[in-house]
Amino acid sequence: MGRNPQLNAEGKLTHLLTLEGLPAEVITGILDTADPFVSVGEREVKKVPLLRGKAIFNLFFENSTRTRTTFEIAAKRLSADVINLNIGASSTSKGETLLDTIDNLCAMNADMFVVRHSESGAPHLIAAHLAATGRTDVHVVNAGDGRHAHPSQGLLDLYTIRHYKRDFRDLSVAIVGDVLHSRVARSLIHGLTTLGAPDVRVIAPATLLPAAVGALGVRAFHDMRAGLAGCDVVVMLRLQSERMKGALLPSPGEFFKHYGLTADKLALAKPDAIVMHPGPMNRGVEIDSAVADGERSVILPQVTFGIAVRMAVMSTIAGN
Amino acid sequence: MATLAIVNARLVDPATGLDRPGTLCIRDGRIVATGDAPRDFRPDTTLDARGLVVAPGLVDLAARLREPGLEHKATLESELQAAVAGGVTSLACPPDTDPPLDEPGLVEMLKHRARMLNQAHVYPVGALTQRLAGEALTEMGELAEAGCVAFSNADHPLHDTQVLLRAMQYAQTFGHRVWLRPQDPWLGRGGVAHEGEVATRLGLAAIPVVAETIHLATIFALARATGSRVHVARLSSAAGAALLRAAKAEGLEVTADVGIHHLHLCDVDVGWFDPQARFVPPLRSTRDRDALRAAVADGTIDAICSDHAPADDDAKALPFAEADPGATGLELLLPLVLQWARESKLPLAAALSRVTCRPADILGIDAGTLRVGAPADLCVFDPDDPWRVTRDALASQGKNTPYAGREVVGRVRWTIVGGNIVHAAAAGERASIR
Repeated sequence: MGRNPQLNAEGKLTHLLTLEGLPAEVITGILDTADPFVSVGEREVKKVPLLRGKAIFNLFFENSTRTRTTFEIAAKRLSADVINLNIGASSTSKGETLLDTIDNLCAMNADMFVVRHSESGAPHLIAAHLAATGRTDVHVVNAGDGRHAHPSQGLLDLYTIRHYKRDFRDLSVAIVGDVLHSRVARSLIHGLTTLGAPDVRVIAPATLLPAAVGALGVRAFHDMRAGLAGCDVVVMLRLQSERMKGALLPSPGEFFKHYGLTADKLALAKPDAIVMHPGPMNRGVEIDSAVADGERSVILPQVTFGIAVRMAVMSTIAGN
Repeated sequence: MATLAIVNARLVDPATGLDRPGTLCIRDGRIVATGDAPRDFRPDTTLDARGLVVAPGLVDLAARLREPGLEHKATLESELQAAVAGGVTSLACPPDTDPPLDEPGLVEMLKHRARMLNQAHVYPVGALTQRLAGEALTEMGELAEAGCVAFSNADHPLHDTQVLLRAMQYAQTFGHRVWLRPQDPWLGRGGVAHEGEVATRLGLAAIPVVAETIHLATIFALARATGSRVHVARLSSAAGAALLRAAKAEGLEVTADVGIHHLHLCDVDVGWFDPQARFVPPLRSTRDRDALRAAVADGTIDAICSDHAPADDDAKALPFAEADPGATGLELLLPLVLQWARESKLPLAAALSRVTCRPADILGIDAGTLRVGAPADLCVFDPDDPWRVTRDALASQGKNTPYAGREVVGRVRWTIVGGNIVHAAAAGERASIR
């Protein structure tokens, strides 16, 4: 497998591709860097000059509003020039290949690519291509690739958990829903296990869990009530409507009955448990409105922290 | 006519288990003596094979030549050159060309082109169904007359078990053998990697082992019902090898092969999405790999093939799931078989039987032996000569290999087809590693 492709020769982060295999101090470093950036967003002038003159390309091969917007805001608060490219199609269905697109944007002196792609591994491919062509000063941030990873989301989830719970070493975290297709879940699981969370649980029907989920260092539950018992953090995953097609689930209604988060199920978690969701939410499918809007929900703070964390990611890798 | 003697050789004939020093004599394209030269034999040409093994030319059950239609990946010229550079003197090519080999004219053209090039013998495998669509049967009789030695649907799924049953019955009627790659089309749908820890970590759509075993069970049940001779192509799992073992024990007329890469690599080699490690069927777990190695060693799996799949660089410069599957293999077959033999502590003759006489039997061709009277299709190689797998070292137009940059051991010195030297590596290359 070789060296982790997102670390440079000095072991410093040069791309953010996945949280898997990142040293704990690198993750903690980003979370610490994000701290002061939270207050930047609260100021009258919401800008710091850290990335002034840098050209950051938001390269979205898959549609996204929220992630692209928060990356754009984060880059602008760092004073970078942001160019949004919504390609909205896989690299094979259009004339130009993914790597041709990258070469062209490099010719425009891009400094960083924020990439979302429907295929797992696309950002790794770009990073390998940049390395092979000697462009070690160009950085890649994975903004979600297929089912594989969404590391900036994982980091903002970790930031949120740390903000409310202070320490990971005593936590029980339950991740509920479509783990099979979820890059959010994979990134959060790697982050939590790296930072020493002793009890990470996934809760889903067998059709929505990957075959070897235990190898990720989590405990699998099919019974949501058993899985939520005594946990400190509940992370709900978004359920895509197309999951009804491939015989993975019979109906949203039945899913909600068994795996939707309601107040009475949440009562099984610790009294101070927080509720998270990466968004966008399907109210009444994976989460009840009363819980989503309730006092234990930290879903909107996640969004706020997400900008600070993405500022931390971009300034960290550009600075290395 | 022409006579050739290969002297000072280590003669290895997998068909008989012969492994002894001596001379091999060729007259008019056939082997006329092994061991000692007849007293009256006056060779026109003498090759000194000191330190070299003289074995039958390799017989490869799956080498894609990419013609017709996929010449941007490879051509007959480039791949037949690669074949003889790898010591392969007979090869079967799957029907997954563009258009597929479902028309006698296409097969005749391919045979004709191959004959003109006068290198390795080419044995086309005809399409089992028209356009490989899994619906209507091809004209197997016509295709066989044109030169097809067997029929398969390549890697294209055959969803309809009634079509599968009838294809087997029809082929059986005329004595043709059906080659099938076992993968349930539904369970493997959309999958690109072995269902296991690696696919889970990387978020790759998975193909479970049960996709192979379910289809194998179907194939064996239909073979039992029809009495068909079936060849199972590209086994990938321990459970699949166990089912094959049981089918053979039961007395079904089944044979099987495995791709050489599946004896050496496993899903961990995918690393961080290396497209060079994307294969169809997928590389599975180390346990599966070890079971496949054992199944070839004990004869359950009859043959090892290169599963040669040359691809252009662009087809591999894509995200893992979008990249072309497969690797160039003709020139790596021999060194990788030798490596497997060394690691499995198998005698050379036994190991080489999996790439010579056994696949020749499956194809029903007169090849893969040093028997007197057999065609003089030979591979003369140095079993200890190491070389590095680089773009320049490969004659194949496909430079796609997970072995790029790695060192392998075993290099072909001469390849002889029908008594003619069709490939000669420059002498003095031994141990020359750059």
